[in-house]
Amino acid sequence: MKIKSQRDFWSGLMFIGIGLAFAWGATNYSFGSSARPGPGYFPFGLGILMALLGGMVLFKAMTIETEGGDPIGAFAWKPLIIIVGSMVLFGLLLPRLGMFIALPLLVITSALAGDEFHPVEAAINAAIITAFSWLVFIYGLNLTIPLKPWFMAS
Amino acid sequence: MELLDNLALGFGVAFTFQNLLYAFGGALLGTLIGVLPGLGPVATIAMLLPSIYSLDATPALIMLAGIYYGAQYGGSTTAILINVPGESSSVVTAIDGYQMARQGRAGAALAAAGLGSFFAGSVATMIVAAFAPPLTELAFKFGPAEYFSLMVLGLIGAVVLASGSLVKAIAMILLGLLMGQINTDVISGTPRYSFDIPELTDGIGFVAIAMGVFGFGEIIANLGRPAEHREVFTKDVKGLWPTKQDFHDAWPAVVRGTALGSLLGVLPGGGALLAAFAAYTVEKKVAKDSSRFGRGDIRGVAGPESANNAGAQTSFIPMLTLGIPPNAVMALMVGAMTIKGIQPGPQVMSSNPQLFWGLIASMWVGNLMLVILNLPLIGIWIKLLTVPYRFLFPAIMAFCAIGLYTLNNNNFDVFMAAGFGVIGYLFYKLNCEPAPLLLGFILGPMMEENLRRALLLSRGDWSTFVTRPLSAGLLLAAMLMIVVVMLPSIKNKREEAFQDAD
Repeated sequence: MKIKSQRDFWSGLMFIGIGLAFAWGATNYSFGSSARPGPGYFPFGLGILMALLGGMVLFKAMTIETEGGDPIGAFAWKPLIIIVGSMVLFGLLLPRLGMFIALPLLVITSALAGDEFHPVEAAINAAIITAFSWLVFIYGLNLTIPLKPWFMAS
Repeated sequence: MELLDNLALGFGVAFTFQNLLYAFGGALLGTLIGVLPGLGPVATIAMLLPSIYSLDATPALIMLAGIYYGAQYGGSTTAILINVPGESSSVVTAIDGYQMARQGRAGAALAAAGLGSFFAGSVATMIVAAFAPPLTELAFKFGPAEYFSLMVLGLIGAVVLASGSLVKAIAMILLGLLMGQINTDVISGTPRYSFDIPELTDGIGFVAIAMGVFGFGEIIANLGRPAEHREVFTKDVKGLWPTKQDFHDAWPAVVRGTALGSLLGVLPGGGALLAAFAAYTVEKKVAKDSSRFGRGDIRGVAGPESANNAGAQTSFIPMLTLGIPPNAVMALMVGAMTIKGIQPGPQVMSSNPQLFWGLIASMWVGNLMLVILNLPLIGIWIKLLTVPYRFLFPAIMAFCAIGLYTLNNNNFDVFMAAGFGVIGYLFYKLNCEPAPLLLGFILGPMMEENLRRALLLSRGDWSTFVTRPLSAGLLLAAMLMIVVVMLPSIKNKREEAFQDAD
């Protein structure tokens, strides 16, 4: 059997997998009865329903012809890794080094994900965004964010 | 006249200095993100949610609402001038608007869009004010079974009217509902799917989902596409005032667009996007000579632009009266109300009349501000169009990052959103619409609670959903929607309609 739509094939598998995982997870919680539904009642039903729909998507992907097989196409690994990575880095650094270091770093590292990267431009952009963020979020809205590194904070 | 009393109360609230300021801020920000392609109202409102902790509920909601309808104005500017819809609801505006700009009539197109939107916004505000109270009355008759069925109808409606595969969209709703199950069960107090992570026992923050999927996922997708060549008609914008002939052509389209948009906005899954598509199709159908469509017909701008603005406003009706969000932006508004400690639902009108009527009145005020912001000051927005994306997306990342951290003063949400960025990109690659997921996620806990309460009341008898007439009617309507969309003739039409827009 040939896969007629790559995108639907993988979506179908995804829905089946997640649906079954939730339904299986729901068996850890009390199911209750219809008259007294427990915490596992609703997620179990939903998970099974989703797996069924996933099955329908999968079936369609194997039977209905699409133009050119509906390929998923190449993954944009570079932006994916850099964008997500710079966000994780920000999350790790902010509580330790504070906003004045972590935020410009986020702006510069994420700028690497674009087609063009000019270090000077990125640095200026980082400075402007950090100043603006301080003005709006710290000075204007009084949000509590660690600002300076742990060794400099009083 | 009760309506006039209510509106008077609303305008009293809306015209306080503070609220005018926030309405203006929202309208300004909305225009800004509308003009900038690649940043939509969903990601923006999600970005701002943490900041509203420090505001009162009324100014906060006034501002968020302003962002939504402001984006409808701003989106048309980009569509007309550079053929890139700043907002998804301006996709059809680009068809004729850009052609007008190429013929040197950008000013007339912008004016038709702006004035049409203002007219539509004013009418839609009145409709919201007039129809909200009776609907609220009706909502008080609802028991848990009716609420459950209403949510089923709302969710089904949301995907039936959207583009793309119906089965996948319903599966995405279910995925959203399931993600809403990651929490502590309200009735028994059992933590579910938390894997012993304390942050997960409170549930996943919907801000993390919205920013991850709509913000980061979209940035990654944008960067993955080759940069497109853009032609900006900046110097051609003069002669803002349309000619007499333009007025003559445009005003019936504006009226039709407003009527259609107001109607479609109320429907679940409606709102701005669908209204604009439908209005364009209608304009093409009623025109005696439709050959000019696609080559710069002012009706092709005035109709859809009026419709998307009317739809954006009337989509507040189900959210305000029933607490049920018809689209992703309204889902965030529900979230915002919850943050401010207001339980969305029919009781908002009686328990928070200031908020309720103030918000409605502020929509009209906001629309007036938007006409001024968008027509005489168009030059400023045009300048913004020349800001390259490579400056923009790091800024979006930075504001999201701050918003995520301040949500709970914890970096957990930052990591969650990063994870949802990957998931969002995966959805994009697999052609799975993320908007239904967000709706399901917001409605999930409410839906479960109502389902379980209904079953408790009926002693476990599932037939309660079909024996209670109101509930049965709602479920029947949901069934009908699916059946109708599955009919081969309608199915082809539906695909055709969305094809037109591409």
